[in-house]
Amino acid sequence: MESASVADSPALARPSSLLASGAGWRRRAKDRLMTVLIAGAFALAMIPLISLVFEVTKRGIPGLSLDFFTEDARGVVGEGGGASHAIVGTLVITGVAALISVPIGIMGAIYLNEYGQGRLRRALTFFVDVMTGIPSIVAGLFAYALFELFLGPGIRLGVMGSVALSVLMIPIVIRSAEEVLKIVPNHLREAAYALGTPKWKTIVKVVLPTAFAGLVTGVMIAIARIVGETAPLLVTTGVVDSMNSDPFHGRMQNLAVYAYNEYRSPGVFKQAAYDKAWAAALTLIAIVMLLNVAARLVYRRYKTEIR
Amino acid sequence: MSQVDTTTNAGQLLAAASGGRRRLGDRVFSRTAVVAAVTILALLAGVAIFLISEGYPAFTAAASELPEGKTFLDYVAPLAFGTVLASAIAAVVAVPLAIAAALFITHIAPPKIAGTLGYLVDLLAAIPSIIYGLWGIFVLGPAAVPVLKWLEEKLGWIPLFEGPASATGRTMLVAGIVLAVMILPIVSAIAREAFAQTPRKLTEGAQALGATRWEMIRMTVLPFGKSSVISGAMLGLGRALGETMAVTIILSVSGAVSFNLISQANPSTIAANIALDFPESSGLAINALIATGLVLFAITLVTNMAARAVIARQNHE
Repeated sequence: MESASVADSPALARPSSLLASGAGWRRRAKDRLMTVLIAGAFALAMIPLISLVFEVTKRGIPGLSLDFFTEDARGVVGEGGGASHAIVGTLVITGVAALISVPIGIMGAIYLNEYGQGRLRRALTFFVDVMTGIPSIVAGLFAYALFELFLGPGIRLGVMGSVALSVLMIPIVIRSAEEVLKIVPNHLREAAYALGTPKWKTIVKVVLPTAFAGLVTGVMIAIARIVGETAPLLVTTGVVDSMNSDPFHGRMQNLAVYAYNEYRSPGVFKQAAYDKAWAAALTLIAIVMLLNVAARLVYRRYKTEIR
Repeated sequence: MSQVDTTTNAGQLLAAASGGRRRLGDRVFSRTAVVAAVTILALLAGVAIFLISEGYPAFTAAASELPEGKTFLDYVAPLAFGTVLASAIAAVVAVPLAIAAALFITHIAPPKIAGTLGYLVDLLAAIPSIIYGLWGIFVLGPAAVPVLKWLEEKLGWIPLFEGPASATGRTMLVAGIVLAVMILPIVSAIAREAFAQTPRKLTEGAQALGATRWEMIRMTVLPFGKSSVISGAMLGLGRALGETMAVTIILSVSGAVSFNLISQANPSTIAANIALDFPESSGLAINALIATGLVLFAITLVTNMAARAVIARQNHE
């Protein structure tokens, strides 16, 4: 039975006798068993997802309140206070990271798909693959080492976190942008050239608009991927209790670091701190899910039908 | 690709023929694209250069100046061991499940819901690692305690389950399982793509010859997807090696070097050690942590490049 190819199997050589033969029930039983095992393995893989969403929702709701979204945590001991500083921090750090990554990523993809040739193109393709594998904490260490060189040891700034996140975000943007640029049909470009349109205008006015929905979707997915990062920010933006919306001065923290910090240093009122950690986790999961769903909707609604 | 090149040249010729202003626009735009490409390469080079320059002092420093009073090699070795151990558990748990999930989606589930099921698996990858960490320590850890006790009692003769079983679940096994959940979607996505591309003539041919569905999967789908699965598993391994927060939160670390997966005394991992110690470190300790980051970078780089090599060879064939 354990033969390697179709031709080797004696049973398969005589198809007519298959179902009637005495060995048939055994093979069908094995088929059933494997089907059940595979389906069971799939179900097993889904258990963490279900449990996780359920637990985060259940444990996150008690900590949610208006204060959670409007107050910061300065001087707060135990209950009360909020995560508004972390929410603002999330928006600023992620926003600056997107401002750095999206232009570089999309121009990089345009290079790969429209201009690139020879060694630079091959190098970029290879190293973007390498970049997707950089551990997030290493990206954080890089940003720290970079800023430390200019601003001295122990430095913590919001923009350092953005630089670290950019290292993680650029390869995601460039990969997805390259995919969607690739499927823009060549006859559109040729038609534009035939009308005497210069290449750059063809890209700006024909290629990019055709790929627009895909580009937006890719950027949203990339943002969803980095918005919940913790490790690189732990070493670059630090931990802080009060509101700070200036990425170039002082510490900042995002919701993920906030959740980690509430878990790690709960102080005397443990349950209150844990509630806040779960509330931050729930907010974060909601943001990530919203971005993912919105990305899918944008793609479905606005994608250009290509014939 | 050659088709693109010819149209490109035709377009450039036309553009060139129609005056200087357009050529200027083209020059500016193509230069910008090249600058973006070079910036990305420079960024990656920067990661390596800055890690080396900031990590270097730790390589040469005397043991007495470094954390724990050890030479750098003695400092990083147990961490590297912990990193590889946790990732190995993750890969061993995740790869079979990921293959099964991919088979289920591509060849067993009704095609109508296959897309949705695939999306559900992908959602696992979207969840931030901090949430996996909290889930691991508050939900999975406590739930695993009786299982750990059972393992100690029944399988304690295997060194892996020697015990004493942890009473909190903050063990290498639990951390490895959480890592497995986190890498499962990556491995599964790559396997799914390969399985879905199995030529129909093979799958239908097998079934026409009377093969059951499992026989069809075993004889056509699995052999066809083999190298993709291998490279997917390695990419997943690379992801697990660098994963930080879940391990930082879940694992109770003592610095012990042991294969005992269910006890309270575990080696830390490189990434978790950085996350735990970096905020409170200064001076040469920072350099030492950055140097461990460099080691981690090197390990993941080798793993990922090996995975890419497998893919490249397969595309070549």
